[in-house]
Amino acid sequence: MSPSVVALAIISAIVAVGSLVGFFARFHHQMDLEQWTVGGRGFGLVLVWLLTAGEIYTTFTFLGASGWAYSRGAPVLYILGYMPLMYVVSFYILPPIWEAGRRHRLQTQADFFQVRYGSTLLAALVALVGVVCLIPYLQIQITGLGIIVEIASYGAIHRTLAMFIAFAIVAAFVFVSGVRGVAWASIVKDALLLFAAVFVGFAVPHLYFGGIGPMFAALARERPAHLVMPGATKDLGHAWYISSVMLTSLGCYMWPQFFAAGYTAKSGRILRRNAVLMPLYGLTMPLMFIVGYCAVLVLPGLSNGDLSLLTLVRKSFPAWFLGMVGGAGALTAMVAAAIQLLTGAMLYAKNLFRPIFAPRMTEPQVETLARIMVLVLTLGAVLSSVYSSLSLVSLLLVGYAGVAQLFPGVVLGLFSRRVTTAGVFAGLAAGLALAAFLMLRGQDPYRGLNAGFIALCLNIAVTGVVSLLTPVRAAGFDEAAPSLAASQSSNGASVT
Amino acid sequence: MKRPSLGAILLGLIPFAATCFSVPLWDRVYPMVLGIPFNFFWLIAWLLLGPLCMWGAYRLEEPRAGRRPQRRRS
Repeated sequence: MSPSVVALAIISAIVAVGSLVGFFARFHHQMDLEQWTVGGRGFGLVLVWLLTAGEIYTTFTFLGASGWAYSRGAPVLYILGYMPLMYVVSFYILPPIWEAGRRHRLQTQADFFQVRYGSTLLAALVALVGVVCLIPYLQIQITGLGIIVEIASYGAIHRTLAMFIAFAIVAAFVFVSGVRGVAWASIVKDALLLFAAVFVGFAVPHLYFGGIGPMFAALARERPAHLVMPGATKDLGHAWYISSVMLTSLGCYMWPQFFAAGYTAKSGRILRRNAVLMPLYGLTMPLMFIVGYCAVLVLPGLSNGDLSLLTLVRKSFPAWFLGMVGGAGALTAMVAAAIQLLTGAMLYAKNLFRPIFAPRMTEPQVETLARIMVLVLTLGAVLSSVYSSLSLVSLLLVGYAGVAQLFPGVVLGLFSRRVTTAGVFAGLAAGLALAAFLMLRGQDPYRGLNAGFIALCLNIAVTGVVSLLTPVRAAGFDEAAPSLAASQSSNGASVT
Repeated sequence: MKRPSLGAILLGLIPFAATCFSVPLWDRVYPMVLGIPFNFFWLIAWLLLGPLCMWGAYRLEEPRAGRRPQRRRS
């Protein structure tokens, strides 16, 4: 058998096993909307852990981090900087978000804005931001799957075709599993990915340099500038590092799928404990950087840094092992894409389409629309993957610049009584406009600062000023508020 | 919602100070520790030290959060 057949067969087997686990996990549970999206709010420490880890250790970590270590050098360290800090942020905001979710039976991130600010329009804007920003994130998973299939087939399957295959696999996976199935499929993927990361991370430097220490010694001798910021770039220096770490650590739980993962927990205590422990899971992430650094010396001149990890694995190990690593990566991309699709589709159906265009829709109709949206969103991500040339890390930073703009609305909504609907609206609009303006003009980073972070600062300032100038309407979550259903039937009248 | 205690917030600021704002102080190759460039080693070390800070915050917050269930049911 040719090596490409061996590798592809193993990848397919792993993908099939992971899908089956997801498929069987859903069987004991009635699949209504609440189960499909928030797992009935009964997840303990392990499932919440798996769900958040399934989202956070994605194709981005696997291929993107090694890719940036290869192509950019030390600026990749920003990932290692923000990862533990985002859990620090989650420690303070996720338990109260969970509390609000339980009390008002919230299912999506936009529901939170709906109840807290009593504005259907604001909730619809939040849903729109979520859905639009999820597309580059989905694109990361689809592109990643495409890269895996392309390299594992030794170029026999072209990336565009591979991405359409990926589309079919992901959409099918979402239809059969729902959120509980995805969490269980995460177990398979985490075990494989941990094994692959640890093995590759130690074996590759050992193979070519005799260890991690000698590898870094060689790199420090030949390419010393690669190991400190701004590395191989001109404008990703310390100011960029600080502004990017701030933007991503504050913005991470503004991703609608992470936000909604908070609702799946059984208690706030589980979320707090998770926030303490999660960074330990990230201990394997530096190994991905090490593989990327190795590739700088072993495989110079790759056109696309995101290919570095798999190309190095293919060069160094037999085909069956490439299949194992590729399978772990493929399952990772599927799990992450599935959660993103579930979230995006629900946001669109429940908070954007129904309240604005069809207020009379029933819950089963919302569910049908959500399923159709799964297909639409996947197709959108596939098409933009085919036409885009951004690196995986750059794609994620574009998404962050958008979702992070929700931060003031969430945090002030939780902890401040003075913040007003008009203030949040104005701040969000200003932040989004500035982020889009800077990015579309190619001015990211702007004067050495992350463009999304500049937009977030403007957003916070505008939210504060406009809130102080407008009268307080909603009293916040502390007061006894009507449930979400009641507030929506009265078309989002003020919540007091 | 109840705000977190000042102590818990201060504990959370420690990892931010150590791994974000202070980057010019530790972004260097030498001294290498365990064969790893200093900036890389510093961030890996804080993957372990960060949870330690947050464990302290957990100990401060958990008793406060535990007092609430009676009020929740209303």
